[in-house]
Amino acid sequence: MTVRQLADAMDLEILCLCDPDAQVTGAYAGDLLSWVMGHAKSGDAWLTVMTNINVIAVASLTGVACTILGDDAVIDDEIIQTASTKGVNLLRSKRSVFALCHALYPYVS
Amino acid sequence: MNEVLQFHYDVDGEDFTSAGEASVQIKKNLRQLGFPPDTIRRVSIAMYEGEINMVIHAGGGEADVLVHEDYIEMILTDHGPGIENVNLAMQEGYSTAPDTIRTLGFGAGMGLPNMKRYSDSLHIDTAKGQGCKITMKVFV
Repeated sequence: MTVRQLADAMDLEILCLCDPDAQVTGAYAGDLLSWVMGHAKSGDAWLTVMTNINVIAVASLTGVACTILGDDAVIDDEIIQTASTKGVNLLRSKRSVFALCHALYPYVS
Repeated sequence: MNEVLQFHYDVDGEDFTSAGEASVQIKKNLRQLGFPPDTIRRVSIAMYEGEINMVIHAGGGEADVLVHEDYIEMILTDHGPGIENVNLAMQEGYSTAPDTIRTLGFGAGMGLPNMKRYSDSLHIDTAKGQGCKITMKVFV
């Protein structure tokens, strides 16, 4: 499914949707950025509560389809702007990462 | 493409937030040159880990990327404290990064292991107090 379809299906807040047609082919959850770079695959939806600027670089370099912030994690407008210039799809939810994994599972399994 | 293309980047050791500029730029350049997405992904992640390491441990450094027809070579040079025990540093989970770095999501002890994971060859030339020169190759 596309990121746009996933955002609609899971009722995710859209912070930046530069590439709504990107295909979500899997998922990965984690906050340690190097760990994510070692394990996330291109096309994954990445679930995290980390919101610093390096998240955008990691999302871009790993080629994940989208980054989904859990627990309504606060993120600076400047970082959302960077996501937009780097072509990173950035979404958010009030749900915890655990609850998001559960909700996401049927769409990517 | 017979001629070797060379890119040079200075990695600013003061600015943790701009770490990754070189990796993002090389990703863009390789994409323009038409390299396969998986090759670009491996190069840019390996390079990013190298950049982050230079910022965390060495106060910055330099990155040179040589684009050959069938492989990409990355040479990362710094004048930091060097790596005392390379075998230990190569172990997943081993880190000497300070706690302040962990709050940024780094310092998991995955930097060098990821550089090895995503490159086809990794050579580390270092000694305590004498900086570090890392050469990585990714074959297309």
